[in-house]
Amino acid sequence: QSDKFVSAGPQKFTQEFIDKQVEEFEVGKRHLANMMGEDPETFTQEDIDRSIAYLFPSGLFEKRARPVMKHPDEIFPKQTAIQWDAEGRPFHFLFYTGRQSYYSLLHDVYEKILAIERHQDKMRNKGLFTLLTGSRWLLKEEIEEYLVENISDHDYVRLIQLMEKLLSMPYCSLEEEFILKFRKQLEAQSSKHEIPALQYDPQGVAFSVADGRRKTAKASITLRDSGSGNITINGRNYLHCFPLLQDREQLMFPLHFVGMLGRFDIEGSVEGSGHSAQAGALRLAISRALLSFVSEGEVERIRQAGLLTADPRIRERKKPGQEGARKKFTWKKR
Amino acid sequence: MNLHKLTSRLCPKATQKFRHLHIQSSGQQLEAVAVETASAEANPLSVFRTSERDPTYHSEGHSGQYYTLPPTHIQKLFPYGLPPRFQLQIKTFNEGCVMVRPPALELISYLKRADYSKPPLRYVLYGDIGTGKTMSLCHALHYCYSQGWLIVHVPDAHLWVKNCKELLPSSSRPSRFDQPIQASQWLKNFKITNERFLSKLKTTQRYVWTKRESTEKGQPLGELIDQGVNRMKSSSDVVGAVLRELRLQAGGATEGEGAFKLAVAVDGVNALWGKTSLKKEDRTMPEELTLIHNLRKMMKNNWSGGAILTALSQTGSVFKPRSAYLPSELLGEEGFDNMEPFVPVSVSNYNEKEFESCYLYYLDRNWLQHPHSRSEEGKKELIFLSNKNPSILERLCAFL
Repeated sequence: QSDKFVSAGPQKFTQEFIDKQVEEFEVGKRHLANMMGEDPETFTQEDIDRSIAYLFPSGLFEKRARPVMKHPDEIFPKQTAIQWDAEGRPFHFLFYTGRQSYYSLLHDVYEKILAIERHQDKMRNKGLFTLLTGSRWLLKEEIEEYLVENISDHDYVRLIQLMEKLLSMPYCSLEEEFILKFRKQLEAQSSKHEIPALQYDPQGVAFSVADGRRKTAKASITLRDSGSGNITINGRNYLHCFPLLQDREQLMFPLHFVGMLGRFDIEGSVEGSGHSAQAGALRLAISRALLSFVSEGEVERIRQAGLLTADPRIRERKKPGQEGARKKFTWKKR
Repeated sequence: MNLHKLTSRLCPKATQKFRHLHIQSSGQQLEAVAVETASAEANPLSVFRTSERDPTYHSEGHSGQYYTLPPTHIQKLFPYGLPPRFQLQIKTFNEGCVMVRPPALELISYLKRADYSKPPLRYVLYGDIGTGKTMSLCHALHYCYSQGWLIVHVPDAHLWVKNCKELLPSSSRPSRFDQPIQASQWLKNFKITNERFLSKLKTTQRYVWTKRESTEKGQPLGELIDQGVNRMKSSSDVVGAVLRELRLQAGGATEGEGAFKLAVAVDGVNALWGKTSLKKEDRTMPEELTLIHNLRKMMKNNWSGGAILTALSQTGSVFKPRSAYLPSELLGEEGFDNMEPFVPVSVSNYNEKEFESCYLYYLDRNWLQHPHSRSEEGKKELIFLSNKNPSILERLCAFL
C-alpha cells in the first residue's frame, strides 16, 4: 500500500545498468572506429565527436540537442545509488536528515576535532597533573597576603581564570614552579581518624575496643583476633538480637569489605533506640575497632567507603502549628 | 521458587551416576565410609549424599549427609507432617532429601535399644528456633515407619490450640469443647498413614455416639475412623476413642498378627499445657478441649509397647517469648511435671561439616544461582549471615 504514495523521484539507475552501458559504449566505439577506418585502440573522444558529426549531420542550433556519443558517466547524471534495502530501511544512519552526505561529512570533521583535543589533553597532562590533584588554588585572603594589597572578589575571580587559562596551554609545565606557588596542598583526611590501640590478652590474643553511636543508640565492642566469627551482643547470639537480615548485613559490611569475615570474635553491648539504629552503631564501632588491625592504605579505603563517618541524622523536632516535623495540618481553603 | 524446577531436572542424571558408585549394605558401614571418602576427591558431589534410604542403617558415618526419602513414604507417612517450607522444597527439587544429624541418630539409637515391654520412654527434642527439631522428629518417624510401627503423628499441636473456626460443645461431656474440623482432618491423615493396621485392630468396647449411632465391640478400627470422618460432630470423641484403643492394644497382644509398636509423635508439645487463644462465643476461655485432653492422656506412660517422641516449638506457641527454648521455659510448670521423666535431646545449629554438605547440596541442585555464592567469599558471607542456622540459611538461599 505504501508503494502508491512513494514518489518515483529521478529515475534511478542500478550499477549493473551503468556497467552495461559502459560496455556497450566501448563496443560501439570500436565499431565506429572500424567504420571510419581508423585504429580502434587510439580512438579518442574528439575522434568520436568528429565521426558522429560527420555521420549524423544535424542543423539544430542547440548544441546540446545534437546527437552525442559519450561515455555513460558523462551522460547519466551522477546520482546516488539506491539508499535503502529491500525492506525499505535506509543504509546510512543520517538518511532521514535529507542531506546525508553533508551531515556525515560534518560528523567526521567533528570527530577529528575531538581526537585532536584528546591528544592535546594527553600532552598537557603529562606535565603538571600529578601535582594539581590534591591541591587547590590559594584563597582570596592568602593572595592578599602574598601581594600585600587589597583585591576585590571580582579581581580574585579574574586572576583565577587567568591562571586556569595558563594551565590549559599544552606547554604549561615550563612554568610549573611559578604555578605551584599559588597552589596549596589539601591535607589527607585519613590521618585525622584516631586508631584505637591494639591491646593484648593474657593469652596473647590481640583485641581492640571501640565505640559507636547512631541516633541515640550507643554501642561498645571488643574485637578479638581468635578466629571463629561468633558475635555475642548483650550476652545473646546476634541471630536472636537481629532476626532481620538487613541488620545482620549491616554488621557484616565492615568485615566483608576488609575481607576478614571468619577471623574475628565480636563481643559487644548496645542500648537505646531501635534495631536499625543499634545495627548502625555496631557497624560504626566494628569499623573503628578494625582500624587497628589493618594497614594504612586500607584505612583510607575504609574511610572512602563511608564506614567511619558517624551518621549525623537524628530525629527532627516537632514544630508547633504542625502535626509532626514536616507534616502540616489539613489545609482548608476557607 | 518455581523457576528452579526446570534446572533441577538437569541434576538427577548427574547425581544418579554417582549414587551407583556407593556400596550399599548394612554390615559394611566402615568400608562404605572409606570408599566414600576415597571417591570424594574424584567427585565432590557425592560427599554430601548417601544412598542409604533406610533410616535403620543410618549411623555416625552418615552424619552430615543427605538421604532421599522414598516418594511413596512421603505420601503415606507425611501428608501434613513435614514443615511447610520443606514441602515446598520437595516440590521444587522433585525429591525429598533429609540430612542425617546427630540428634536424630541419637533418637533412633534410643529407639533401637529401648525395652518395649515397659512403659514408653518420652523423648523431648528441644533447641533454638530453626535448628531442625521438626526435621529430626520426622527422620525418627521415618525410622519407625520403616520398622512397621503404628504411627500417631500430630504435626503441630499448636494448630489445635489456636485459630479454630468452630468450637462446639462436646456431645459427651458438658464442660468440654470440640474441634470437629481439626479432628476429622487428623483422622483422615491417620487413615492414610496406617492403612494396614486399620483392618487388623478391633475395638474392645462399645462406643455410643448419638442415640442412633454406635460402634459395637469387635469392629475393625477402620470403621471407627470412618465414623469420625463422616460425622463431624462426634469426630473429637472418635479421636479420643481411637487413642484409647491404641493405648490398650499396643503392648497387650503377644507375638502374632495383633502385635505392633506404637509411636506417638507430637510436634509442639508445649501447646498441650500452655494457654489457649480460643474463646467461646461469649468470649470466655473454654475450660477444656477434648483433643487436648485426650492427647494429654496419651502422654502419660500408663501403657506399654511404644515410644513417645515429642518436639518443642516456640514458633507456633501462644503467649511465649521468643527467646524461650528450654523445656522448662516452654512446657511450663504443669507440663514439666507431666512430662517428667523424659529424655531430652538437644538440637543445635549446623556444625562445619553439616554446613558444608548443605551448601554443596544447594549447589548441586542449582539452588544458588548467583555466581558470587559459589566462591569462597560467598560461602563466608552465608556462614556469617545465617550463623549456620538451618532455617535462616534456607530462607537466605531462597532468593539467591
